[in-house]
Amino acid sequence: MNVKKYKHAAVITFNSFKMSFPILVGVLLLISLIASTLPKKYLHLLITGNDILDPIVGAVIGSVAAGNPLTSYILGGELLKQGVSLLAVTAFIVAWVTVGIVQLPAESLLLGKKFAIVRNSVSFILTILIAVLTSITEIII
Amino acid sequence: MIRKILEKVGGPWIFLIIVIMIYVFIAFLNTNEILNAISTFLKTFIRMIPVLALVFGIIFFSNLFIEPKNISKHLGKKAGVKGWLIAIFGGILSTGPIYLWYPLLSDLKEKGMKDSFIATFLYSRAVKIPLMPMMIFYFGINFTAILTIYIVIFSIINGFCVEKLLLKKGEKE
Repeated sequence: MNVKKYKHAAVITFNSFKMSFPILVGVLLLISLIASTLPKKYLHLLITGNDILDPIVGAVIGSVAAGNPLTSYILGGELLKQGVSLLAVTAFIVAWVTVGIVQLPAESLLLGKKFAIVRNSVSFILTILIAVLTSITEIII
Repeated sequence: MIRKILEKVGGPWIFLIIVIMIYVFIAFLNTNEILNAISTFLKTFIRMIPVLALVFGIIFFSNLFIEPKNISKHLGKKAGVKGWLIAIFGGILSTGPIYLWYPLLSDLKEKGMKDSFIATFLYSRAVKIPLMPMMIFYFGINFTAILTIYIVIFSIINGFCVEKLLLKKGEKE
């Protein structure tokens, strides 16, 4: 057994943990704060029924919101019941997982600022595209 | 002087200190909301521990057994279809919050993993196999199937676009 190799791997892992831990705790604190303060029951008021504006608003809310994706399904399901379009709800649930405004500082620190900004911007645009395509495909099928 | 202190403390700790300062500020305005937030934080943090252990376990074993040259071979610039498949399925199978995977991806990036594969991994995480029954319950099987297929396709498009845009930005600078 190569003890030196194990020691080397442990040191790298510990350094990675040391650097990531404050970031992970910080992001989790931010997410907990938003989850406690965002008035979820009023979300439907932000969505107007406009087919062009709604997916954008849905994606914006999904990008800012954070937490377990299961919450996004439950909220999305409730929004649908309240008459919000599938277009807006799809953008909301996809953006919830793929775009992370709250996680942006952590993503920038660990994966690079340029990468984080470009990835989140591209993901935001693609999320709206996915919402439009999913709604159209569902109508066709 | 301040710059020296900031450099010594490091970006990650400064970030955490800023977040704690936000908490302290809001605590003066609304103590109940902060107590709720702290309770949510503690519950989530405890739930997060097994995933955290998994992620750092993977980092440990990847440092132990995987040579950087293997990462560049399978997930680097010359990686082909296999690289895309690893990124897509890795993303789909990864559990827990997205930010828990940043340290591992950062480690793999240092060893040569392409930006496009990291972006694809992070996008394909939108496919949540364990949560599919819940999605079917709320939105129906057709919607779930269509959305899943689109997310997989768009995770590749996402990776491709991110890579191209980063290259363009790099060239300009």
